[in-house]
Amino acid sequence: MAPATAAADVQVKTIPIYIMGKRYFVPEALTIMKAMEYSGYQYIRGCGCRGGVCGACATVYRKAGDYKIHTGLACQTVVEPDMYLTQIPFYPANRASYDFAAATPTPETVYRLYPELFRCVACNACTKVCPMDVEVLDYVSALKRGDLEAATEISFDCIQCGLCASRCMGEMAQYHVAQLARRLYGGKLAPRAEHLKKMVDAIDGGAFAEPISKLKAMSPEELKKAYTERQMEPDMADESWRPTDRYATFD
Amino acid sequence: MKLAYYPGCTLKTKAANLERGALASLDALGIDYQEMPRWNCCGAVFSLADDDLIHHVAPVRDLIRAQGLGADAVVTLCSQCYNTLARANLLMRSDEEKRNTVNAFMDEEEDYRGELEVLHYLAVLRDRVGWDTLRAKVSKPLDGLKVAPFYGCTLVRPTEVSVDGPHPELFEQFLRALGAEPVAWAGATECCGSYQSLAHPEASADRAAQVLASAHRAGADAVALSCPLCEFNLGTRQAEILAGHEGSSAVPTFYFSQLLAVALGLEPELYRLDLSGAGAGQLLESRNLIATVAP
Amino acid sequence: MASVASPLHAESVARIRKIGELSGENIYTCMQCGTCSSVCPMVNSMKITTRQGIHLLQFGRVAEVMQAAIGEFCASCHTCVVRCPRGIDVPRVYEAVRLLTLRQNEDFITLSEIPRETLEQAPQIAFVSAFRKLTA
Repeated sequence: MAPATAAADVQVKTIPIYIMGKRYFVPEALTIMKAMEYSGYQYIRGCGCRGGVCGACATVYRKAGDYKIHTGLACQTVVEPDMYLTQIPFYPANRASYDFAAATPTPETVYRLYPELFRCVACNACTKVCPMDVEVLDYVSALKRGDLEAATEISFDCIQCGLCASRCMGEMAQYHVAQLARRLYGGKLAPRAEHLKKMVDAIDGGAFAEPISKLKAMSPEELKKAYTERQMEPDMADESWRPTDRYATFD
Repeated sequence: MKLAYYPGCTLKTKAANLERGALASLDALGIDYQEMPRWNCCGAVFSLADDDLIHHVAPVRDLIRAQGLGADAVVTLCSQCYNTLARANLLMRSDEEKRNTVNAFMDEEEDYRGELEVLHYLAVLRDRVGWDTLRAKVSKPLDGLKVAPFYGCTLVRPTEVSVDGPHPELFEQFLRALGAEPVAWAGATECCGSYQSLAHPEASADRAAQVLASAHRAGADAVALSCPLCEFNLGTRQAEILAGHEGSSAVPTFYFSQLLAVALGLEPELYRLDLSGAGAGQLLESRNLIATVAP
Repeated sequence: MASVASPLHAESVARIRKIGELSGENIYTCMQCGTCSSVCPMVNSMKITTRQGIHLLQFGRVAEVMQAAIGEFCASCHTCVVRCPRGIDVPRVYEAVRLLTLRQNEDFITLSEIPRETLEQAPQIAFVSAFRKLTA
């Protein structure tokens, strides 16, 4: 049987979507970002890693007959019929200037730099709009009660897309306040990973110099053999498992 | 009756000296409570506009959290939080249309219809412990300590949320149970200046000066209060107020829970006099109610 | 004969209606006894007294009441409503006056002007309550 060669023979199901109010027909399995490019849009803003972590492509959309506001990252969200969307590549936000090295890691530093934190009325619009399912209200509440650690934990997945700031009744930029909290906590309060430091010192001290030079001296066949015969951590090993040849220890 | 505890923003940091002693005292008195999970700031003031519902969402969400805990009642320490939660609760009970709108708006939460009671800690002491039981557990009676109980505004007004009706005696009963002598004074239910301390600090300082003067005239050794904002206006700012108002006298301020913890003989780190204003520790020390306070 | 329907009059009527809607209160039952002024903790800071404010509102002179800073200095202590012999919810009336300014997106205090010391020392509830009452 002859293979299909003409592109016109390939049937693709298309669905209507509305980009900034204008209708386009796009293949149904595309992400919003690909659908916009398919429709002829060329990205010079509102596009970054294309991998769901940079926060550039925040998109707001509605569905037919539904009053609710939906959000998602354009690079991760698949189009739906009659999706009614726009991107918000940038939302103006207040970002305080400060000298991080001199900043004391207390809640008062946050209050001093971002007093608008206290304009939060706990409406929860921020949590509802977050495309990363971060519990924004919870970290704002944590900040108001002075808990930098909780605010750090809860805001961890934030990619700073700015949608929360766009919906905030109190007009604060939640993600900037959270970032300050994470910097203060992570940089000045959180316990240090001592074992990591030990290993880094060991590496700097040459503990791995010999095995690495051995590897470098191997031929491609020897390397392949060494690789396929390497010792691997067993699937169900517990934390106490260690490889038999060790060049440095941290415990 | 399951009791949910609502702390409020300030009690974990600046007003730790209000919280610590209060919670430790509940343990000492055998009262079970549980801090509600994922609570948010209640808003501290109750919105007075007829069409405004968004400002009620915050306290109602806290009541929903308490309900989620399976609680029948919420207990709180801060007078402002008490007032806001109590009034929001009444609103959800009494106004069907607003109740429905608020519940519909908070579509990510369970519905709330005002099922819970909102209680101030002192009412819990009166009703669930009893003054006689409390008196029996006091190991360090505050003998001879003349205390002016400061209800302020939010514990007693508006009347429908007053902790003890139009003529409150709750605070005085509490002080007597601790062995202290409550003082009758004109300033008991006056305003400390409230949030005007932030907007119009001089006007607020004038107000605070009058309250302190009233306590002093009545012969009080100290003022007892229940709100971190009252403490800020009357205690933390006291040095500034005394400097700006000639002829005024210092009157140390305490949270009621600090006096409770002292009277029950609890450990000093539980009543955190280090967070209190000048003169507080020294007063208790001079009356042999506590051991020497480190400078 | 001159008509009373001047633009200024129309604006006053609109505003007094708005105050009635926002507060739900009937200020025309106020008999001007002055009890509210006598118990008001902030009355000395206001340009006119609590009682005088209600009187001006009765005449529809809303702009003057807005400029008299009554809503701005009010500490929401609620002593006036507890004492009013007519049971008028005065705090709600002055909240409505306050909102006429706030809902035009005009703040009564400027966050950036709060002294650093205050930002570090004041309890969180001070900020929350001040911003809720005095910022838009």
